[in-house]
Amino acid sequence: MKLTLRIWRQAGPADSGRMVAYEVPDANPDMSFLELLDVLNERLTLEGDDPVTFDHDCREGICGACGVVINGQAHGPRERTTTCQLHMREFSDGDVIDVEPWRSVAFGVVKDLMVDRSGLDRIIRAGGYVSVNTGSAPEAHATPVPKPIADTAFDNATCIGCGACVAACPNGSAMLFTSAKVTHLNSLPQGAPERSERVLNLVEAMDAEGFGGCTNTGECTNACPKGIPLDSIATLNREYLRASLGRK
Amino acid sequence: MTFFKLGDDIADTRAPDVPIEQRWDKRRFDAKLVNPANRRRHSVIIVGTGLAGGAAGATLAEQGYHVIQFCYQDSPRRAHSIAAQGGINAAKNYRNDGDSVYRLFYDTVKGGDFRARESNVYRLAQTSTQIIDQCVAQGVPFAREYSGLLDTRSFGGVQVARTFYARGQTGQQLLIGAYQALSRQIDAGNVEMHERTEMLDLIVVDGRARGIVARDLVTGQISTYLADAVVLATGGYGNVFYLSTNAKNSNASAIWRAHRRGAYFANPCYTQIHPTCIPRSGEYQSKLTLMSESLRNDGRIWVPKKAGDTRSPDQIPEEERDYYLERIYPGFGNLVPRDIASRAAKNQCDLGRGVGPGGLGVYLDFADAIRRLGEDKVREKYGNLFEMYDRITGEDPYKVPMRIYPAVHYTMGGLWVDYDLQSTIPGCFVVGEANFSDHGANRLGASALMQGLADGYFVLPPMLGNYIASSKFDKVTEAHPDVVETVNEATGRLTKLLSINGERTVDSFHRELGEIMWDECGMARSEDGLRKALGRLPELREEFWRSVKVPGTGSQVNQSLERANRVSDFLELGELMCVDALHREESCGGHFRVESQTPDGEARRDDERFAYAGAWEFGGTGEQPILHKEPLNFDYVHLAQRNYA
Repeated sequence: MKLTLRIWRQAGPADSGRMVAYEVPDANPDMSFLELLDVLNERLTLEGDDPVTFDHDCREGICGACGVVINGQAHGPRERTTTCQLHMREFSDGDVIDVEPWRSVAFGVVKDLMVDRSGLDRIIRAGGYVSVNTGSAPEAHATPVPKPIADTAFDNATCIGCGACVAACPNGSAMLFTSAKVTHLNSLPQGAPERSERVLNLVEAMDAEGFGGCTNTGECTNACPKGIPLDSIATLNREYLRASLGRK
Repeated sequence: MTFFKLGDDIADTRAPDVPIEQRWDKRRFDAKLVNPANRRRHSVIIVGTGLAGGAAGATLAEQGYHVIQFCYQDSPRRAHSIAAQGGINAAKNYRNDGDSVYRLFYDTVKGGDFRARESNVYRLAQTSTQIIDQCVAQGVPFAREYSGLLDTRSFGGVQVARTFYARGQTGQQLLIGAYQALSRQIDAGNVEMHERTEMLDLIVVDGRARGIVARDLVTGQISTYLADAVVLATGGYGNVFYLSTNAKNSNASAIWRAHRRGAYFANPCYTQIHPTCIPRSGEYQSKLTLMSESLRNDGRIWVPKKAGDTRSPDQIPEEERDYYLERIYPGFGNLVPRDIASRAAKNQCDLGRGVGPGGLGVYLDFADAIRRLGEDKVREKYGNLFEMYDRITGEDPYKVPMRIYPAVHYTMGGLWVDYDLQSTIPGCFVVGEANFSDHGANRLGASALMQGLADGYFVLPPMLGNYIASSKFDKVTEAHPDVVETVNEATGRLTKLLSINGERTVDSFHRELGEIMWDECGMARSEDGLRKALGRLPELREEFWRSVKVPGTGSQVNQSLERANRVSDFLELGELMCVDALHREESCGGHFRVESQTPDGEARRDDERFAYAGAWEFGGTGEQPILHKEPLNFDYVHLAQRNYA
């Protein structure tokens, strides 16, 4: 396949950045999108150009490190698929493909396609945990958890923290990410004692990081490679209301 | 020609000489304690945030130590523990199916082909039950039954159902649990977290580990971090093979640098090659993806009987197929252990019967299972794996048999540690896959997660406390000559890499190294092949330092420079792996020497000569390594040859 990639190049946070076109004449339909970038980078290196910087690690869709906007879509055209798992057979010979970093006020560009997502970590640090010190846990079977509740917790715990939801949201909101953590922990009996503080603190941290508000457009859930449902945002709102009333 | 020198034997002196079930209690009782009020005056560096490192960081911080922690990723949540699929073993015996701490201990020693230390393995089995309690309390959403109680399943090589799991994402869920516990301590100010920061070298002062040199991967700034002890939790070194199931950036630099500073490296040749991975599709292949071995419960493995048969699988009639595992191992069939299944697939491909691109693949066929159980049932059991296969290959496994091929997956070898998890450098502790301790020559499924968390949550913290309580720490500053020298060496190395400006990319060297290692130190190793590799590797290393091309500068994000530094260490480690593989003239677990096999082609161990862990001392650049043997005693599990026919 012969492809044209138009890639966002930005030397650092201070640089204004621009799209630069590269021809890739020897793409293979079985390549992953990141392997396509690898091939381009090998060539750029030998030609004395600066290779394209992008985050990636596990390359099997679970670590959450990778993620670029492909033709305007976070992680590209295939549903529930991270960039590393997207293969070139989704494209056609002769295609022109735009490749950009996550765009959001809260995610500054570090270099090229690499962005700073540390705001998501700070949301978790504000209370996305159960306060249990090592060694103090009761026997695992002391508290049975009904299967449907355990399943809901699991579905939300599958969030990989890639930030696609933020990149896809017209408001740059991190509501889907935050709601996944609140739903995961607040639905479990182990998370109940800190239920109110958790939701209030997470939402406060989310706002402090500069993420936008939620207007229920649903772009987040469409872009989410793990299929975190929009229902989780409803759960967050319910938990938040409950906690706010309780606190007064 | 020999490639090494023989040194004195080495022994673990930390496990107390009492019956095995009392050793850990006794060791903890004998360990010195640090007064809670004094702990915050002591700092500990932890490199890595996977299961072992994340758990250790959270726990030590909870106990009051000041933790300084590092990861090269942009967030501690991305460590490669996250990719583990299958599950975590624990001797809970919730099934009442005859499991016990002793049985888990026994299975692990036997599964490791009698090349692990009994004391350590027993403690691992003892600790396993606490891990499940801890993780459940953290909110890890393990699979549950309708009763609300935890579900378990069985895994290869054992006859009880002791594996706890969270769908096919157990590693992810356990890691998020550890990450959340760590996040809580970061928020509390007890952990100073440095993301996107990579360790370049270990600082050893007066014979003790006192810090690290690390590079900020965003600014390129090289800094020193000093502390009372250093914990390495940096994972395995499977990426020496270039293609593996490891994350792209997983590397051996931290443990290799520590090795060069005096930490012995044990059993480097013990690597696990997993039989069910998706085969490579072309030259551009950057990594390999594992398909859970649970697929072998219902899939049947076959190749065409005729070599070079290029017909599509549906055109090959039943009588022209060879279900070779069922034929050779009628007792275990498709469920033989990982090492045996991997080698059998290689043998078929060597005979020219492999399928797919390059003939490097065998079929894993679900047609019978779909006929027997119905497509819905198969979808329910394996749906997410089939979807993943389809996403990567573009083929629908409900209609076309999967193609699989073995791939490097885990490294049992690692830095030598004693019962306290301390390396041969005092104050340098090693946890998780980075150490060599618990799996012998072969790791059983669902045991890696168990070991990482056991080390991090429960074993390291009291032993680290003992070290701190029994040592006196002189103040070390950045001006100390040993610190200055280490910084200069690390800086000089990066400057050299940037200055070569040759004509080959880092990846081209890494690929070539990987091919040599895979061909000569992979699934089957021979004296001739290993000698050939040992001839070629020093040349490749010289060529690397002469003609690698690393663009850009050191004072910016430079992923080529990061890779170059890691590959330069892989080039040295690869050589030690070959030396170790050559010296071990027996077959055991993941190490198969073609000269040591039974008449029917099975691995033959040699307990007379090789019932020891081989701990290698760095002999100096360009000098031969020195072998120290740790004799292994089997007082509880009696030595026996594995047999799966």
